[in-house]
Amino acid sequence: MRVKLQHVAHARSGDKGNTANIAVIAYAPELYPCLKEQLTAERLKAFYKGAITGTVERYAIDRLAALNFVAHGALGGGVSRSLCLDNYGKALSAAILGFELDVPDRLKTFLKGMT
Amino acid sequence: MKKVIRIGAGSAWWGDRIEPAALNAEKGRLDYLCFETMAEATISAAQVRARRDPTFPGYDTYLDERMKAVLPACMRHGTRIVSNQGWINPDGAAGRIACWLRTLGHRGVKVASVNGGLITDRVLELTETIMETGAPTATLAPSLISAEVYLGAEPIVEALRAGAQIVVTGRVADPSLFAAPMMHEFGWDALDHRRLGQGNGIGHLMECGAQVTGGYFSDPGFKDVPEPWNFGFPIAEVEADGSATLSKVEGTGGAVNLMTVKEQLLYEVHDPANYITPDVVIDFTTVRLEEVGPDRVRVTGISGKPRTPTLKVSISCAEGFIGEDMFFYAGPGALRRAKLAKRILEERFKIVGLQAEEVRIDFLGLNAIHGAATPADAPEPYEIAVRVAARTRTREEAVKVGREVDGMAVSGIAHTGKRVPHQDRTREVIGVWSSLVPRERIEPRVAYLES
Repeated sequence: MRVKLQHVAHARSGDKGNTANIAVIAYAPELYPCLKEQLTAERLKAFYKGAITGTVERYAIDRLAALNFVAHGALGGGVSRSLCLDNYGKALSAAILGFELDVPDRLKTFLKGMT
Repeated sequence: MKKVIRIGAGSAWWGDRIEPAALNAEKGRLDYLCFETMAEATISAAQVRARRDPTFPGYDTYLDERMKAVLPACMRHGTRIVSNQGWINPDGAAGRIACWLRTLGHRGVKVASVNGGLITDRVLELTETIMETGAPTATLAPSLISAEVYLGAEPIVEALRAGAQIVVTGRVADPSLFAAPMMHEFGWDALDHRRLGQGNGIGHLMECGAQVTGGYFSDPGFKDVPEPWNFGFPIAEVEADGSATLSKVEGTGGAVNLMTVKEQLLYEVHDPANYITPDVVIDFTTVRLEEVGPDRVRVTGISGKPRTPTLKVSISCAEGFIGEDMFFYAGPGALRRAKLAKRILEERFKIVGLQAEEVRIDFLGLNAIHGAATPADAPEPYEIAVRVAARTRTREEAVKVGREVDGMAVSGIAHTGKRVPHQDRTREVIGVWSSLVPRERIEPRVAYLES
């Protein structure tokens, strides 16, 4: 089944200079392989379109069933220079929750917020 | 040596709530209460303010409120305080705290101040390259406001060893505020990177306060926590090897669970195997997390690598101004009117010759937060704020933004909602750059006074 990331993982973003990190954490270890396979650095960068102007690196933390994305040029030049209302990029992590991925039907019970 | 020490968080930033700090002081059975009150631009903003306002004392503007809220309980329970509320004047903050101690009837309490991180006058000789751009730091000379080193835990440990009950610092790396009590209580060596890795890792989890106890977390239907209006700040119960259990005062809202701890573990982290602090390079990838009770998560196994030979320097520069304002549309057709308003502003900026480095016109309600990442098929909202901002070299140029929004009142389009300007619509931009300084060129100094 094809679902939005918000059912598979939770996320949090943080700032350092003009670089944002977006941590994406599987709701269950069973869901992590789908996440790791499908949510690549290239796909995340493409999903954010022009909102990320630099490169994106991905770090996999298998022990936490989590991926950490480091997005350069995501904060409009840096917190104090940014013209974005959300200059710290605290809401930036919410966008990726709309990313769609395929999850095997047998893992449906691990998905969150499916009504 | 104590078997377990209890370290509580008192704040995660300047504007943080004060009542959870008071609750931690009163009910947390704490050995230490640690306050983190700075953002990247705090020092430079304080420098700018101190230049303009001779009455500004240069430390946390909430110092009085925070200390009044926690000092009585901390004195009663023997809880020591470590705080970075000193900003650009740790000595002044220490004096003020001593003053409050005397007012509360506590005489002879030792208060320490940690200085030595402010290096504005010699930053250009001590540093070479701007990390973000690769350009020489000397190019920043004309716009330089302030430069400060991120100090580590060692001067705080020195103050605690000398018997200080309260230690107030300027810029110190956030995790170091929490690692210092561990180093002192358990006698860890400053080069013991294994224990310092675990200890600073716990410090990293603590330094954003409620962000590990359910703050910045709730998402209805997906991640719900009890009473998200009543968070407790975290408490770490730390053992001699740095292993710790995170918890919070009973009866508070929020949650401490695997999800809140994982999110905070990676917050503001880049390479999780190499998180550089002044004390150690933390490796989070070896961490073990275990829920050991309600709102109790045990954190072990964070490792560390030897500290780097350099310390990070933040260099703040005057980089011009931002002008911004907004006005509103609602009802059927709100978006088409907002789009015309945007076009009018773009033309007006040409007519008045706005000189800007960057101009941004957003539709708040549709694309102001995620910008280019907004999905093409996002639904049209019922209400929209047109929000315009421009970054300019001079204040005169930045003022043009608000003046052109003023024009939208009677010279705009149908159904334009607009506020009468009630505040300054321009602000200064203080840009922050990073560089590195050899560790041995920096000499922290600890001063003491008694209440």
